[in-house]
Amino acid sequence: MSRAVLSWIGGPVLRARSDGPFRINEAVHVGERRLLGEVIRIERDEIVVQVYEDTSGLRPGAVVEGSGLALAVSLGPALLGNIFDGLLRPLARDNTSVYVQPGMYELPATVFPFEPTVQAGQRLAPGQSFGRVTPRQGRAQLCLIPPDVQGKVLSIVAAGEHADDVPLCVLEMPDGHRREIAMSHRWPVRKSRPVAQRLPVSGPMLTGQRVLDALFPVARGGKAALPGGFGTGKTVLQEALAKGCDADIIVYVGCGERGNEMAGVLHEFPQLEDPQTGRPLMERTIIIANTSNMPVAAREASIYTGITVAEYFRDQGLHVALMADSTSRWAEALREVSGRLGELPGEGGYPSYLSSRLAGFYERAARVKTLSGNEGSLTIIGAVSPPSGDFSEPVTTHTKRYVRCLWALDYTRAHARFYPAVHPLQSYSEDVTELEAWWQAAGNPEWATTRRRFLALLEQQTQLERMARIVGKDALPPQQQLTLLCAELINDGFLRQSSLSPVDRFCSPQRQSAMMHLIARFIVLAEKALEAGVEVEQLQVLPVLRSLHRMGEELGEDELEKYDALGAELESAFARLAKHND
Amino acid sequence: MRPNLYTSGNITGIQGPLLFLRRTVNVGLNEAVEVYGRDGKARQGRVAALDDEVMTVEVLESTDGLSLSETRVRFLGEPLHFAVGPDILGRIFNGVGKVIDGGPPIAAQNSLRIDGLAINPAQRAQPQDFIETGVSTIDLMNSLVRGQKLPIFSGGGMPHERLAVQIARRARLRGGSSGDFAIVFVGIGTPYHTAENFRRAMENSGALAHTVMFLNLASDSSTQRLLTPRYALTAAEYLAFVEGRHVLVILTDMTNYCEALREVSASHGEVPSRKGYPGYMYSDLAALYERAGCIKGRSGSLTQLPILTMPSDDISHPIPDLTGYITEGQIVLDRELDRRGVYPPVKVLPSLSRLMKDGIGEGFTDPDHPALSNQLYAAYARAVQVRVLASVVGIDGLPELDRRYLEFGDAFEQELVQQEEARTLEESMQLGWKLLRRLPRNELHRLSDAQIAAHIENGNG
Repeated sequence: MSRAVLSWIGGPVLRARSDGPFRINEAVHVGERRLLGEVIRIERDEIVVQVYEDTSGLRPGAVVEGSGLALAVSLGPALLGNIFDGLLRPLARDNTSVYVQPGMYELPATVFPFEPTVQAGQRLAPGQSFGRVTPRQGRAQLCLIPPDVQGKVLSIVAAGEHADDVPLCVLEMPDGHRREIAMSHRWPVRKSRPVAQRLPVSGPMLTGQRVLDALFPVARGGKAALPGGFGTGKTVLQEALAKGCDADIIVYVGCGERGNEMAGVLHEFPQLEDPQTGRPLMERTIIIANTSNMPVAAREASIYTGITVAEYFRDQGLHVALMADSTSRWAEALREVSGRLGELPGEGGYPSYLSSRLAGFYERAARVKTLSGNEGSLTIIGAVSPPSGDFSEPVTTHTKRYVRCLWALDYTRAHARFYPAVHPLQSYSEDVTELEAWWQAAGNPEWATTRRRFLALLEQQTQLERMARIVGKDALPPQQQLTLLCAELINDGFLRQSSLSPVDRFCSPQRQSAMMHLIARFIVLAEKALEAGVEVEQLQVLPVLRSLHRMGEELGEDELEKYDALGAELESAFARLAKHND
Repeated sequence: MRPNLYTSGNITGIQGPLLFLRRTVNVGLNEAVEVYGRDGKARQGRVAALDDEVMTVEVLESTDGLSLSETRVRFLGEPLHFAVGPDILGRIFNGVGKVIDGGPPIAAQNSLRIDGLAINPAQRAQPQDFIETGVSTIDLMNSLVRGQKLPIFSGGGMPHERLAVQIARRARLRGGSSGDFAIVFVGIGTPYHTAENFRRAMENSGALAHTVMFLNLASDSSTQRLLTPRYALTAAEYLAFVEGRHVLVILTDMTNYCEALREVSASHGEVPSRKGYPGYMYSDLAALYERAGCIKGRSGSLTQLPILTMPSDDISHPIPDLTGYITEGQIVLDRELDRRGVYPPVKVLPSLSRLMKDGIGEGFTDPDHPALSNQLYAAYARAVQVRVLASVVGIDGLPELDRRYLEFGDAFEQELVQQEEARTLEESMQLGWKLLRRLPRNELHRLSDAQIAAHIENGNG
């Protein structure tokens, strides 16, 4: 391995004189504590290294040791259900310290029950699975050979308990070399894992949040951004998605965010159930936590670590969702390191390559045919924290160019504790047309019509409120007052959904369809009633209107038949109203 | 620790706070130094950058009067540490951890690094002990829990200090005693009289023996200002996680801290970010605020109540903006309420406590607490919206329902926000239910039928 000697250090960046070849993005170890770093620039015999840990105490003369490999993480069956730092080093081992100390190491070897699925003599293509792991807790996982390896199986161990880092299978590569394969393998974080084919999106990734699934759905393999000022509920919504969405695996990257929130997730997730499978939520979750006070350079890496882990599970033929909270902190880390390197700053002080880095990140989301021939998907949901909630800043504007869904969070809604504070007029989804067929098949043929109706009403509401500000609400004709009434029902009865409520924190597509149907029906009946001479005030005090406002909160997933009853009540309420007015 | 090393006569340049020395001793990055000028006074500093020949030392105090030939530098061989012990309680320190109350020096038990270390997120315990402050807008609407960091966003001339003192004096667990508590007051660039007022208030409430004060006065050097919260939080961490006390840290005024950060960054010639503040201000503030919390298996907790004055009352200014992204909510004070004589002038809508959900409701406070707070928020937000409408078309142009919202909004501010005496949570909740009775029943969408029956229809008063 190449070695270099430290000649200059300031903050997390160091320069060293090398006496051997180093490569860009090569992982290095620095000093006695073997701090992890990465080569980010090479000038003649000098290398520039960004160190991922606290550099206090380093001095000229310290040895920088090359690893010969790009910054890589070890991917294997031990990842699920655990919490890691930005470089995939475990944070919750028995002997870990209360504080994050420099010089931590990767997960120790763990023993898993392994079962081979191939035999000696069989030919394996790159990325194919050679066995299966069934842990005592949690889901079964496939063991993959690395995507850059292929060949004939020379030998493979029998079923039994094996450590995840010992070779289980020996391959003869096409060039005649032998390659030993263990359950886990390393993969460089900055290189996306290859796939056989990218597929067009088809079904939605259901989030369990009405405002998202019904109005601004994201497809499996899609990408969504979640911009919002502080206090608009980005993190709570991200957590609600991590709890409720129908992905097989959740990779939650807490990038430069709060330690207490991570503690909350770790406290809560093991107690919650996956609404799809009923298993503990933690069994499908991997948390990568790089809180705001942990080293900045590692924050930059944590996003790549997260997406590499997510791709690894996608390659097993699973549907994976990656939540990144927040990509702005990642961009700031880029800016900080770029500043220390003396690079020419671009817009907002960010380096000029910010846009291409964001593009590279979001492009790793896809629905794919994996190398082993299965279908898998990786959906990315990135939170953005624009300074002072101003969406015209560089991170938000560049992100908008690469995502297909924008879920814009709004201060006014958040101030009224109207959560999720997704603003229906500022948000959009480009996946809608692809997903119409899915809702049709799921028993809601009117989904697209109702969705458009809802959005139109909400748009009209804004216009009418602007007008009411000038002429007074009383001066609006009854038809328009009804529009306001209906828009409020859509907002309060459908879009608002408390992630703290045990009943309403998750909403299945069936329940969403039922609610959509009832509200759409109310709108139709109310309009007819108005034509028949009923006053808006009469509609306002209908007891059934209050029931509609509260149905999300009151009628849970196991009481779908009650929505039919509510529908009957709705019909009879309007029938009575008509009779009364005759 | 290695023996102390001195060097003199090796200084090749002085530039603002930076000292350039020939590298004659083997020191490491970030290690502490003391710089002695001709006056013999020790100035603290740290090794900021190193190469084969040159060491760059950042002096954390004024470099006034230093010369190339007469300056000596002492290397401590480790990063800055603060020697703490149980007898720091009741004492007053300056901004760099030196006793200034005329008493004896501290008998040190632990020497802790002032930068602290990041708490492993997996080792944090979830903060969920509700603290009753006696302020309705906090207890009922934005509950504070132990281990939280909840800043007060204020402005010059507003009573944020009175509010902070009130919270410090009253803060206790519900129904229980305040337990083994301690208060750390950190004056960052504060005028002397603010510090004195606080000291007197603590003395009057008999809590002075549980209070530690760190004072970086407005006249002290601004580089020192960057160290003050670090010394203070080190003391607070010692009290919380070594001695097992529940520590409330009041930091006032964080705006002065950020100004000092900008000043020092500019003198280093760094590329500025928004409004001239350095690009790393988020990380730097986070390194302070994230020191709040609870740790698994340790009985103490560290709660932070930073106060910052928003420049020209602008909440989108980088200081409150970055703070809001790090802290777990914020209490915003409003000049208009203050002018109308409402105390405490808490602007309820933009105020928020993120950890509230973990500390209230069934098993913590009252099962109906979350719904009540939620409904009050919804109704008051509507009232504020109607107020905007009324300001244009006049009250006469409003429908009956909107007029009732308007009345509700006024009553909410006069009766619930405004308070002379501290209230228990029960008293605050009673007030909240009473206010909601002013609205038509079918408007209360965030309350269940049972809650309406129990508190709105059968409520007493």
